[in-house]
Amino acid sequence: MDFEIFTESIGTLAVNKLRTGLAVLGIVIGIGSVIALVSLGQATQASVQSQIQSLGANLLTVNPGAQRSGAVRGAEGGGATLTYEDAKAIESDPLITTVTTVSPEISQRSQVTTGGNNTNVQIIGSTPAYLSVHKVEIGQGEFFTDQHVANMAKVAVVGPQVATDLFGDGANPVGQTIRVKGQTLTVIGVTGSKGGTGFFNQDNVVFVPLTLAQKQLFGQDYLSSMALEAKSPDVMTDAQNQVGYLLLARHKLSDPMQADFSIFSQADILKAATSTTGTFTTLLAGIAAISLLVGGIGIMNIMLVTVTERTREIGLRKALGARKKVIVAQFLTEAVILTFVGGAFGILIGILASFIISKIAGFMFVISLQSILLAIGVSGGIGLLFGWYPARNAANLQPIEALRYE
Amino acid sequence: MIHVSKVRKVYKIEDIETVALDSVSFDIKKGEFVAIMGPSGSGKSTLMHILGALDKPTSGSYVLDGEEVANLSEDELADIRNRKIGFIFQAFNLLPRISALKNVMLPMRYAGIPQNVRLERAKKYLEMVGLGDRLLHTSSQLSGGQQQRVAIARGLAMNPSILLADEPTGNIASAQAEEIMAIFQEANLQNHTIVMITHEPDIAAHAKRIITIKDGKIVSDEVNKKQRMAG
Repeated sequence: MDFEIFTESIGTLAVNKLRTGLAVLGIVIGIGSVIALVSLGQATQASVQSQIQSLGANLLTVNPGAQRSGAVRGAEGGGATLTYEDAKAIESDPLITTVTTVSPEISQRSQVTTGGNNTNVQIIGSTPAYLSVHKVEIGQGEFFTDQHVANMAKVAVVGPQVATDLFGDGANPVGQTIRVKGQTLTVIGVTGSKGGTGFFNQDNVVFVPLTLAQKQLFGQDYLSSMALEAKSPDVMTDAQNQVGYLLLARHKLSDPMQADFSIFSQADILKAATSTTGTFTTLLAGIAAISLLVGGIGIMNIMLVTVTERTREIGLRKALGARKKVIVAQFLTEAVILTFVGGAFGILIGILASFIISKIAGFMFVISLQSILLAIGVSGGIGLLFGWYPARNAANLQPIEALRYE
Repeated sequence: MIHVSKVRKVYKIEDIETVALDSVSFDIKKGEFVAIMGPSGSGKSTLMHILGALDKPTSGSYVLDGEEVANLSEDELADIRNRKIGFIFQAFNLLPRISALKNVMLPMRYAGIPQNVRLERAKKYLEMVGLGDRLLHTSSQLSGGQQQRVAIARGLAMNPSILLADEPTGNIASAQAEEIMAIFQEANLQNHTIVMITHEPDIAAHAKRIITIKDGKIVSDEVNKKQRMAG
């Protein structure tokens, strides 16, 4: 294949611009939709990952498991097996070397009222450790202290959504009071905005001291869960083991199979979410690949028509001494130029489309180099694949027959 | 240098055999100008296809420059056509859309000759056929006679063993036909071997030797004592 075949092919394709354009359009749409849909899938994946990671990459969650009473096994997660004492033990035990902070939590939905407004939100009873473990920022005022927890102080920290819902836009809730489960609580702070994660909206939450929640609001001794912060994301497995054995010992269980709690890391959730969104991306790419296939068939159709139309030309070229591979190269070059140009425009349109989608849907704008390289490779490959059969037909024409063709 | 011996060509269409050439034998030496004459259906086109390495005989032998053409593969035949045969067709068969210059350069491109050499040679042969001022014209910008002259330049460009012309004046007005014959005779003077197939006695009269063929057989093969000089 030489440069002259290339320029000659461009000249030939330029003769019938409408037909060339329509043939290219199929590839433009195919490649464009591959780029756009893969980008959409990757944007979804990236935003899910970043939201999960914003919860803390070295976060471990301990959930109460099924409680055994004899042979009867209770519901998973519904058990009353974790206590504030367990949390304190994890924090203070000298054998636990990998966990820095423990946030014991009790959580329940409840109605919250103030003056004429009311809202139904998640009430989370915890300790100041919650802040560092969950990377929560304080927007206004302050979070409650260990002193508040010890004194069972009637204070609350509200999420920005709750503040807006109860006190109106821009109002300062600090110093105001809210009523929860018949108790009047003074608002001492508002958390910074963090956004929803799909599990629950972190902005639509009211935080109260753990002791207050246990004794005054919900009347329960056990915890809904514990969140642990490990020293680094590298020691997650060690932390999981250390905490697991301590809790087994405290709960007087010898067989880990009988554990009445479960520990999982943020990485576990991330893995599950990534695999789900990965499947989603593959599915989208698969749909786009079908349109690319249709585009390829369009190219093949045009090339077959071209070969028939140019039968005399092919006959002449063969009479003048063109070998088979020269004819094959000529028609393959035309097909590959078509798909390559289509691929280039498709990449541009795909990038533009995914940019617009990301703006409209509020996703991150993600374009991976791989998908562009893949698109270039695939569009060239489609030219070779679908151009090969017409090119071979051309090369196999007999010069006498072809020269006689009218 | 052309040695045709007992060449037979049989076409078989749906079990009906048609004998197009029946035991044809002749030799052509370098520098000859031979006209092959015959009415339509006489087998002269079939003979031209075989001489042009476009088709193979059913039996018999065709030796061109010491090489037996009957046994060659398709690509080897393509090389023979490229290097040893210059074709001139009744319908000119120039590629439309590209210039006269590029048309003349085409066979040299298939031979892998470097571009600057191609360009020089194409110019030289176009000047020789009197089209030095129309190098960049495309076929739609040229008259029939001019197109055929481009085709002759293309046929000569590879300096072939034979210039094989099939009814070269069939689509051309008679005044221009004389110009074409003048160019043939000029090329023949420069020792190019020319084989011209025609059914017109006026045109055949320009050759030095006339082979007449009928029903697939040679009926006469004689020196043309009254060669008509064109121009």
